[in-house]
Amino acid sequence: MAGHFDRPIEHLLRRAGFGASAAELDYYSQMSPTQAIDTLIDFDAVADDVDDKIFRSGYVGITARGPFVPAANITDARQRWLFRMVHTARPLQEKMTLFWHNHFATGYNKVAGALGAAEGARYMAAKASEDPARVRGQIEMLRDNALGNFRDILLNIAKDTAMLVWLDGRTNTRARPQENFAREVMELFTMGVGHYTETDVYAGARVFTGWNLARPGAAGDPAQHYEFVYNAAQHDTASKTFSFPVDAAGGNTIPARSAANGMQDGLDLINALAGNPNTARYLAMKLYRFFVSELRDPDPAFVDRIAAVYLQSRYDMKTVVREVLLSPQFWEPSSVFARYAWPAEFVVRALKEVGWVGFSVNDALTPMANMGQVLYEPPDVSGWDAGRSWFSTGAMLARMNFAAALAGNQKFNLARAAKTSAQSADAMLTYFLDVLQTAPLDVSVLKELGNYLNATGAWTGSDAQLQVKSAGLVHLIAGLPEYQFV
Amino acid sequence: MRITRREFVKGGVAAFTVTFAAPELLSDLARAQGAHARNLVILYLSGGNDALSMLVPYNDPFYYSRRPTLAVPATTVLQVGADSSRVSLGLHPRLTGLKQIFDAGRLALIQRTGYDNQSRSHFEGTDIWSTADPRNPQGPGWVGRYLDSLASPVDPLAGWNTTSASPHVLQSNHVAVPAIASPAGYSFSSPNTGADASAERAAALRINSHVPVNRPEVAFVYESAQAAMATLDRVATVAAYTPSTGYPNTGLGQALRAVSGAMVKGIGTRIFYVTTGGFDTHSTQNVNAANGTYFTLMATINDALTAFYTDLRNQGLFDDTLLLSFSEFGRRISENGSQGTDHGAASVMMAMGGRVSGGLYGTAPVLNTDPGNPTLENSAGDVHYETDFRSVYARVIDSWLGADSSTLLNGDFRKASLTFV
Repeated sequence: MAGHFDRPIEHLLRRAGFGASAAELDYYSQMSPTQAIDTLIDFDAVADDVDDKIFRSGYVGITARGPFVPAANITDARQRWLFRMVHTARPLQEKMTLFWHNHFATGYNKVAGALGAAEGARYMAAKASEDPARVRGQIEMLRDNALGNFRDILLNIAKDTAMLVWLDGRTNTRARPQENFAREVMELFTMGVGHYTETDVYAGARVFTGWNLARPGAAGDPAQHYEFVYNAAQHDTASKTFSFPVDAAGGNTIPARSAANGMQDGLDLINALAGNPNTARYLAMKLYRFFVSELRDPDPAFVDRIAAVYLQSRYDMKTVVREVLLSPQFWEPSSVFARYAWPAEFVVRALKEVGWVGFSVNDALTPMANMGQVLYEPPDVSGWDAGRSWFSTGAMLARMNFAAALAGNQKFNLARAAKTSAQSADAMLTYFLDVLQTAPLDVSVLKELGNYLNATGAWTGSDAQLQVKSAGLVHLIAGLPEYQFV
Repeated sequence: MRITRREFVKGGVAAFTVTFAAPELLSDLARAQGAHARNLVILYLSGGNDALSMLVPYNDPFYYSRRPTLAVPATTVLQVGADSSRVSLGLHPRLTGLKQIFDAGRLALIQRTGYDNQSRSHFEGTDIWSTADPRNPQGPGWVGRYLDSLASPVDPLAGWNTTSASPHVLQSNHVAVPAIASPAGYSFSSPNTGADASAERAAALRINSHVPVNRPEVAFVYESAQAAMATLDRVATVAAYTPSTGYPNTGLGQALRAVSGAMVKGIGTRIFYVTTGGFDTHSTQNVNAANGTYFTLMATINDALTAFYTDLRNQGLFDDTLLLSFSEFGRRISENGSQGTDHGAASVMMAMGGRVSGGLYGTAPVLNTDPGNPTLENSAGDVHYETDFRSVYARVIDSWLGADSSTLLNGDFRKASLTFV
């Protein structure tokens, strides 16, 4: 394997963000790693104005079909999110939003199937500021709470309109409890499989009876909307017993309560789940695989430490994620390029490194579907199967083909940028391997890239050759297996 | 100021110029392996199929009392006779094509398949059905283990996954099954044209024949890229396939169209994976109305499988084909308050093919709510399994794939009464 140089700041920005454009790299390079972590974590201090840049020149394009309405059209919502990933000045906020989207994986299609296409997009993606009834879609809620308190996130999710449709909570009634949400909240959102029983699932379903949806407002009024309601008449008032503690005293039973006070059952259970040590460990392991490494089992010392910080901080994700990014495990050399890039990460990093002026994120949507990731449409409530599962042959071909499409689109920009390195094929290769970050390349791979530059004729550095070879080389590099890691 | 990250390139490109031999073409090998192949198509019904709506015990009064809004009326089921416990059964009324295949003796329905302490989790349940290992459902899938057992080198197109995901059942230690959702979209793009595009493709082919040492995580991605490059040309022939009958424009219909094309074009593939979803019918399951959720699911299955059956028969390939379906669990017997059903236990499997001995295998559950009812579990809430699902796999492995099921399944799960193939 050839030698390799990758600065710590680049590792940090690939994990805590979506990689870095040249400008971002220059900006963060002024800082020590600790300062950079502080800047990424304390993103409230940075203006949240990325949406204002949509349709401005100098930024990646968006393709609107008529008016651009991300609050009512899911394709527009997908484009807006990709735009944010490329251009946000708060990369960690966007990264954690993606983490939570995968964690509380809710699919647009079912919501749209139940409520209609525009309403589906609304409850997934509307910003309160753009909605006549100040409806805040699920992803906006997660974005607002990207480094918030986990218990708050969990409570918001339990009351989230899209979630109440997605896991059928809206039909959970006293006479016929609905197990779907109760099961997944324990299995996937908090403690993990093996830490609850079937009986707990049934009891959990009864706890959330009456957590339904209402639709206030007059028909036809744009302000009419679905929202959470606690429907006391549908609440099961009997006591519920679990196999794990559900109150501060360590008791396992939620007492019988009047219907009027019955919403407290759900609050008690959410409290208990947020504070359960198994939840702490489950989240710690998930954060390890997301931020640190997928190539080995989570380090027990890391899991112990992060789980403890989670509990001590009373579930404050800002404290937890700061600890993750400061951990020795995050910084050890074996963690660098130790995670398979998600399609969103691959696409956004390629845009940041290759260039975006003249490209529309709309043209990334179908390729991303072929790579196996459609934003707002995880395959099921367990989220995407990450890691090696991203790399079916068809999906790998889709990555290579996206690299080809982007390189072709950026042909002129690339040739212009490479002009100062046109003196030799060697200089060209050096230049592009500096711009595109890959895991270490074996010598034989470098040789093939070099061979390619000389394949159809001797190197002259003419403008025509520069255009062809810049695009071809970027295609080959971004399509390399070594480029599919962050 | 950007820092140059790769000083190692300074040695110069000229020093790297080496000629690489093109990788051996595998299509002849593929044909050799495929010539004696029997095709296996795995159909996964994602979400937990409600067996009781698909194969209805229409004379059981508890079926109607426990499903007041969700039962298929006895008058509309497609009667398929009685099983060995003398329970009369009928297919869902939308399964008219499957009924014909059943009547032709080429569809087997294996009732109450499952395992002990069945997981009601979608994910763990799918892992268990995929690995055939309830105790440790994390390793390679059972079909993946079969592919691993083939003599190497294994043709990169030995298997064809018609989804863009990597289903667990196909995961193996040594064989990357290509995911080809659409044969027409499975091609190599280039930003350039003509000789330059050819040079890129040649470079990609040589790069991806590289095997990184001591980096299994990178080597894995190389295997995928290499398999993609090695299969492009053969898949292109399938894109040109014109079937002998129309296929429905559903995901499953188009996937089975590609499967048929791969068989007809003789590209050497013997293992196929297809799937259709939407079976997690917690609410408004609606089994009877023409646009109802479950009714539509049945339409999807029926129309796609019927087209596949017709096409393969026309092409003379039905005798070479076995289709086997599974789902992660069946559903709760009593309907819930949302006119749906929650996660349950045992379900029904289907086997279809020209060498299938069709009919009803196993016995139906008796749905009375007596907690001691031996055909049920979970206080008579769910259907208890009668046939270990691994016994079904064992039959397929031994009698169809010609491999040894006790090796692949880590135990002898053979069951003499399962003579469906």
